[in-house]
Amino acid sequence: MQLLSAESWLAQLLNSTSLPDLFNALTSIQLGPVPLAIIHTLLIGAVFGLPAGVFIWAERKVSGRIQDRLGPTRTGGRFGWLQSLADGLKLIQKEDLAPSAADKALFFAAPTVVVVASFLAYMFLPFSDGWAAVGVDVGLFLILGLLALEVIGVILAGYSSGSKWALFGAMRESAQMVSYEIPMGICALIPIVLAGTLDLNEVVRLQVGSFADFRATGIPPFFNWFFFHPVGWLAFICYFVCATASCKRAPFDLAEAESELVAGFLTEYSGMRWSFFFLAEYASMFLVSGIAVSLFLGGWDDGFGIVHGLKENGQGLLGNLLGALIFTMKASKLVLVQIWVRWTLPRIRIDQVMETCLKYLIPIACALFLAATIYPLALAQTLGRPQLTPTKPLGDRTSISQNTDRPDSTQSVASKGVAE
Amino acid sequence: MSVALFWLFAILACGGAISVVLCQNVSRMAASLILCLASVAVLYFLLGADFVGATQLMVYVGGTVVLLIFGIMLTSSSPSHQLRTSPADGFLAAGIGVLFLAIVAFTIGGVDWAANSQKLAAAEPARQGQQQQDLSHGMTTRPLALALMGVRPDKPGAGGYLLPFEIVSVHLLVVLIGAAYLARTKRRVVENQ
Repeated sequence: MQLLSAESWLAQLLNSTSLPDLFNALTSIQLGPVPLAIIHTLLIGAVFGLPAGVFIWAERKVSGRIQDRLGPTRTGGRFGWLQSLADGLKLIQKEDLAPSAADKALFFAAPTVVVVASFLAYMFLPFSDGWAAVGVDVGLFLILGLLALEVIGVILAGYSSGSKWALFGAMRESAQMVSYEIPMGICALIPIVLAGTLDLNEVVRLQVGSFADFRATGIPPFFNWFFFHPVGWLAFICYFVCATASCKRAPFDLAEAESELVAGFLTEYSGMRWSFFFLAEYASMFLVSGIAVSLFLGGWDDGFGIVHGLKENGQGLLGNLLGALIFTMKASKLVLVQIWVRWTLPRIRIDQVMETCLKYLIPIACALFLAATIYPLALAQTLGRPQLTPTKPLGDRTSISQNTDRPDSTQSVASKGVAE
Repeated sequence: MSVALFWLFAILACGGAISVVLCQNVSRMAASLILCLASVAVLYFLLGADFVGATQLMVYVGGTVVLLIFGIMLTSSSPSHQLRTSPADGFLAAGIGVLFLAIVAFTIGGVDWAANSQKLAAAEPARQGQQQQDLSHGMTTRPLALALMGVRPDKPGAGGYLLPFEIVSVHLLVVLIGAAYLARTKRRVVENQ
């Protein structure tokens, strides 16, 4: 497949008749860095906006069913699936108010900070093999760093509102978010330790299993996911609890504790700026679920070697599309779990929130991290190999230096150090 | 393109820093500090130092500034607290600032820029390909981590940074223990009489 300039690409696109032709035409354009950046940003923008619309509707339907109601039924037809759009239209029409005691500039900037932080983190999420808008070596680290910026938006919102409710709410909320970042980061480190790279794309690639390996060894390819690692599944549960808390979701939703705190840092916000916070909240729900999927649940891998098989047989684009679909489905399932948990569990008090984090989750995360590092060493001492199964590890478990053609002294030194 | 981005974020960083000094309102100061530190992080990304940039975001923007704002919230009496510096403080700060500027200017003046740019121009084609590969194949974190562990595969014979790394980690441990000691609940010993 050769890369074409924009005009000939358009001509080929218009002339393509069959579906494979269209695929080839679509992927054969060569663009400069600036148009590529614009396309990536627009695509990510679409992906960023969708979760809010879809999951707010899902939240209403699920909560309705859990509370023995129907939820929205009329807007847009049978299932009320246009409800989010109607909500959005209503919120846009509302007046943009700011209290007279507020620091206007910061008050208006705070929702933007939250949305931008969440949006930037989407740039590094691998939706399929190599399908991240920006593929960097420190992907996960950057995502966690950008998620940490959301706290600043919350603090600014509460601080600039000029209201005691908002200030109290923001203090609680930011204390919670800052505390839960620690166990969340440690739990996210466990798959990183197992994979040996911070690049989310590489982490997923290490979990992909092939059908041929399944036939040869009899071990299903999805056992390659870090969820099925003896420490991995515990780390996944721990990570998911922390991620729920850092998204300000129930049972940790002190921000929306209407009965106790009016509405926390959201007290003075209305209309579009209020909905920005919720856009960011639902987007980061999808984001942390996407990270969980990439780290523990095999990312775009279907678990039976279908995507891998398609890519092996030259259907790379089809495989990637299927992979993106699978990734989105997995992440959406995890978001549905968050919704389900919200409407099932009661809200816990702020001291219980902090206690759960500081007294339980941090020690548990540290212990798991230690276990994940010691486990392969202990197995190597007792069994003579770093994994339980007697076969070689499944999947594309090749180190980065073997993937690239460049002679790499780093890898050889590292492996020598391990061998000693 | 990258030059334009560099100028944009350099100006933002400088503007943020200046407005931290000039603002009277504490919360505006915090916001300007965030702007300044985040722009510096972007400058790191533009230089291809993605790990340093991510660390800047994580540690300074997400961590230190949040701690600073917490400090302001806990100590100031009202949200719109005005901070006024006395002339003596201003004089002292200006003196220290000039000293720092002198150090930086001295360092910049000490570099042989003409020779450096010649060397850079000679190495440019090879370096560009190398940097592209480094960024796309995950070769920025690994050498960094190895250097912290005392192994320098890229510079044989050069020492790593194991000792500074250990010193910093022990220092952090001391700080953690100190913080835990200061924050623990004080129990009064009831003396039996």
